[in-house]
Amino acid sequence: MAKFKGAIVVDTEKCKGCGLCVVSCPTAVIELARGVNGKGYHYAHMANPDACIGCSSCGLVCPDTVITVYRAKAS
Amino acid sequence: MTATTEINNIISEENLVYKKTDVLLDNEMHYCPGCTHGVIHKVIAEVIEEMDIQDKTIGVSPVGCSVLAYNYLDIDWQQAAHGRAPALATATSRLMPDKYVFTYQGDGDLASIGCAEIMHACNRGENIVVVFVNNAIYGMTGGQMAPTTLEGQVTATSPYGRDCATTGFPMKMSEMVSLLPGTRFVTRQSAETAGAVRKLKKAIRKGFENTREKKGLSFIEIVGTCSSGWKLSPTQSNEWMKENMFPYYPLGTLKDE
Repeated sequence: MAKFKGAIVVDTEKCKGCGLCVVSCPTAVIELARGVNGKGYHYAHMANPDACIGCSSCGLVCPDTVITVYRAKAS
Repeated sequence: MTATTEINNIISEENLVYKKTDVLLDNEMHYCPGCTHGVIHKVIAEVIEEMDIQDKTIGVSPVGCSVLAYNYLDIDWQQAAHGRAPALATATSRLMPDKYVFTYQGDGDLASIGCAEIMHACNRGENIVVVFVNNAIYGMTGGQMAPTTLEGQVTATSPYGRDCATTGFPMKMSEMVSLLPGTRFVTRQSAETAGAVRKLKKAIRKGFENTREKKGLSFIEIVGTCSSGWKLSPTQSNEWMKENMFPYYPLGTLKDE
């Protein structure tokens, strides 16, 4: 059981769907959505939110800085 | 407690661990999806925020994809003629020695047309930081061969792969400038993983600290990708970079005095 629970918020309208966050996530939380945003990109979203540990790897590698990361101690 | 409520509980101000720095403006970047420029802009902005030097930093942007960098970082900017960013930065840092002056250049700008300027700025040991983004191609103009293009690499102007017999060999700029006595800190970094981004941030911070201590020129090369120019997806570009760029452009610090 992970000691921390995390969550991310993606600014979906600014996301360009490059997928770098998907490969950077150590717990395979992020996937590109089936739907598209206003620019036609498949934006990133939390497909498996329970596994997120709030490590902020996705935020660090995001070229457009659209990811905000939160982390709380697991209850 | 349902999963959605749990997530909503985590998303609150006190649990915030990573967000966009205020030095980065809200403008949407014009770079292609997955471009390394975005990460490097962000890292520079974070360093400026951490060191609290937003009102004392002057950037000099090049000609190339990053010509519009002034739209994204909320600091003072200048725009140099092609390759002449180190010359403009020299003047700026000499006229305003208390400012933090940095140039932001790509490989077509720094290694090709601006080769003389960077060599002499390094030789004089100007008190500036040079951020050099090496993606082995001319990105903005449509993926032509650059001086840093690898041997055999296919570009718009080398459709059969770069032939070193006629076009020379890929230039190792960091190795070249590290031999000059004027440079104090020469390093080569990348930005493809979270660990690499953290290392890059340390290197850029060290560069600005050298400027503060008037130590001389810090040269920070970043091996990056150009997924549009390389005709690969952003994730494939990172793999290609690891396989092909890193053996020729090895990461690490070459000089730290």
